[in-house]
Amino acid sequence: MTTERTRVFLVDDHALFLSGVRSELAAEFDIVGAASDVDAAMAGIRRTAPHVVLLDVHMPGGGGRTVIEGVAPTHPDVRFLALSVSDAAEDVIAVVRAGARGYVTKTIAPAELAGAIRRVRDGDAVFSPRLAGFVLDAFSGEGPQPSDPELDALTAREREVLRHIARGLAYKQIARRLDISVKTVETHVSSVLRKLQLSSRYELTRWATDRRLV
Amino acid sequence: MPAVTPLCHHGRGRPTRSDPIASTASPLARSVRLSRSSTDRVLTGAAGGLGERLAVDPIFVRVAFAVLTLAGGMGVLAYLLVWAVSEEPPHSPAASPPRRPTSTSTTAFGLVVLGLLLVLRDLGLWFGNGLVWPAALAAAGSAVIWTRSDDAERARWSRLAAGGGPLGVLFVPGRISWVRMGAGALLVAVGMASFLDRAPGLLLAVGVTLLGTVLVLGPWIARLGRQVSDERRERIRSEERAEVAAHLHDSVLQTLALIQRTTEPGEMVALARGQERELRAWLYGRRGPPDADLLSTALEGIAGRAEEHHHVKVEVVVVGDGPLDERSAAVLRAVGEAVTNAAAHSGADIVQVFVEVGPSTISAYVTDEGAGFTLAEVPDDRRGIADSIVGRIGRYGGSATITSEPGEGTEVHLTVPRHHP
Repeated sequence: MTTERTRVFLVDDHALFLSGVRSELAAEFDIVGAASDVDAAMAGIRRTAPHVVLLDVHMPGGGGRTVIEGVAPTHPDVRFLALSVSDAAEDVIAVVRAGARGYVTKTIAPAELAGAIRRVRDGDAVFSPRLAGFVLDAFSGEGPQPSDPELDALTAREREVLRHIARGLAYKQIARRLDISVKTVETHVSSVLRKLQLSSRYELTRWATDRRLV
Repeated sequence: MPAVTPLCHHGRGRPTRSDPIASTASPLARSVRLSRSSTDRVLTGAAGGLGERLAVDPIFVRVAFAVLTLAGGMGVLAYLLVWAVSEEPPHSPAASPPRRPTSTSTTAFGLVVLGLLLVLRDLGLWFGNGLVWPAALAAAGSAVIWTRSDDAERARWSRLAAGGGPLGVLFVPGRISWVRMGAGALLVAVGMASFLDRAPGLLLAVGVTLLGTVLVLGPWIARLGRQVSDERRERIRSEERAEVAAHLHDSVLQTLALIQRTTEPGEMVALARGQERELRAWLYGRRGPPDADLLSTALEGIAGRAEEHHHVKVEVVVVGDGPLDERSAAVLRAVGEAVTNAAAHSGADIVQVFVEVGPSTISAYVTDEGAGFTLAEVPDDRRGIADSIVGRIGRYGGSATITSEPGEGTEVHLTVPRHHP
C-alpha cells in the first residue's frame, strides 16, 4: 500500500486519553500534533496537513463535527476517524454525516485502532459492529418518498456485508464467507458510507430521535 | 436546608434597577419618548411606563388614574391619552432599564394629582366630597403599603428568608418599613372611617373593613406566596442534585473504590466494563425503571451478567427491536446459553452478539474468535449445551447452526419465525 509513514493528528479534550493514545500509536504512525479544543484543532490540522485526524466527538466549543465542517472545505485530503465514549446513535450518525470516514469507540483495542487508522488513510470506511447495526436500522423499512432511489436504499449485498460486520467479523473473514475479494468488501462499505452521508432519506434524521422515544 | 442565594430573590418581579450606566445611556431619547412597560403591565403597560419614566412606583400612577376616574371619569380619559402618546416597548427589556422611584418625585406626583383633583372639583367634574376624598385617602394609603420595597429591604428579606424559612417572612419588616406600613394603614383607616361616617350601614361597614384588611395585609400574603414557590423550586432542584449524587455514589464511586483495592488486572477490567455498561444505560437509556419487556434490554442484561462472571467483553448489536414474547424469549435464552458457552470455553476476549428482528423472523448470531472446536470431537458436557440450544429453537419451528473450527472461533446462528408457520 503506502510506503510513507502515516501522519496522524490527535484531537481530544482529555489529556490522559491523549497521552495514552499517543504512546500506543507512536511506534507505527507519526503523531504530528495534538489539540484539545475546536479552534486549536482546526489551526493545527491546517498547519500540519495530516493524513488522518483522530477526532473526539464531544469537545467544548462545538465538538468534532465543527472541526470537520471547518477543515474539510479547504483540506479535502484530510481524513477523519471519529472516536468517542458515547455510543449514542445521534452522535454517531451526526459525525459520520459531517464527513468522518468511520467511527470507533474509545474502548477499542490498540491493534484495532491502528488497523482502523490504516484503513481510513487508504480511503476506506471503518464500520464498527455497532455502527453497522445503526445503519441497518436507519435504512430498514420503506422510505415514505425515496427522492433518490440510488442513495436511499441499500443493496442486498451491502446489507449482507453490514450484517457480517455487525456479527463482529473482519473484512477478510467476510470476503471468504461471501466468496468475494477484500477489495470488494471495502467497496461495499465505502458505498454504504456514501449513502449514509448523502442520502436525504427522511428516516436518517427522524430515526435518531425516534430511537430514544420508542 | 441548603443556602438560598440572594440572587433569585433580587431578580424577582422586575429587572434589577442597579445599573446606573445603562440608565443614563441616552438621556435625549429618554426625554422625548414615552414607551409602555413590557415587564410591568396590568392593562397595557401604560401606567408602568409612565411610572418608570417619572421615577414613581407604578402603583401610585395606577391609583392616581383610579382616583381621577372618581372625579368625573377624568382618569379613564387621562389613561387613554397616556396610552395613545406612548409607544410599544422595545423588544429587549434591557434596552431601557426603568428608573428607580424616588421619594421626591413620588411626593411631587402626589401633589400634582391633588392639584388636579382640586381643579376638577372647581370645574364641577366631581362625584361628591363624601365619595372622592375618602376614596383618595384610602387609595393613597394602600398605594403606600403596596409600593415595592427598596433594595435594602429586599436584601433583608432574602437574608431572613434564608435563615427563617417561610415563617420568618412575617417578622421581616424593618423600621422604615414599619413607618411606611403604619402611615399607609392610617390613611386607609381614615379614608374608610370618613366614608362610613357619611354612609352608615352594617353590611357596608363589614365590607369596607374587610377591604381595608386586605389592603393592609395583602402585600404580606402576596410575598409569602412568592417566597413559598421560590422555596419549592429550590427544593426540587436540590432534590434532583441529591438524586444524581446518590446514584453516582452508589455506582461509580463504589466501583472506583473497588478498582483501587483490586490487584488483579482482569478483575479491574471487569469492574470497569460493568460500571461503564451501567453508567451508559443510565445516561443514554430510558428514564425511570429499565423497561425489561424489550428484547434489547434483556440482551444487555445477559451481556452484563456474562461480563461479570467470565471477564470477557460482550458487545450486543440489535437491529429492529421488539417486545419480549414467547418466541423472542426462546431466542433470548438460547443466546444466553451460547454467550455463556463462548465466554467460559472459547478463551476469546470479545463475544459479539448480533440480533436482527425482521418482519417474519428473528435472527441471532453469537460469534467469538476463540479456540474453536471440531463438532465431532465435542465432549459430552458441551454437546449437551449445544443440544439444548438446538432443541429449544426447534420447538418454535426455528433452526440453529453451530459453525466452528479449531483456531477459527465459533459462531452460533439461530433463526426463529416470529409467528406460527
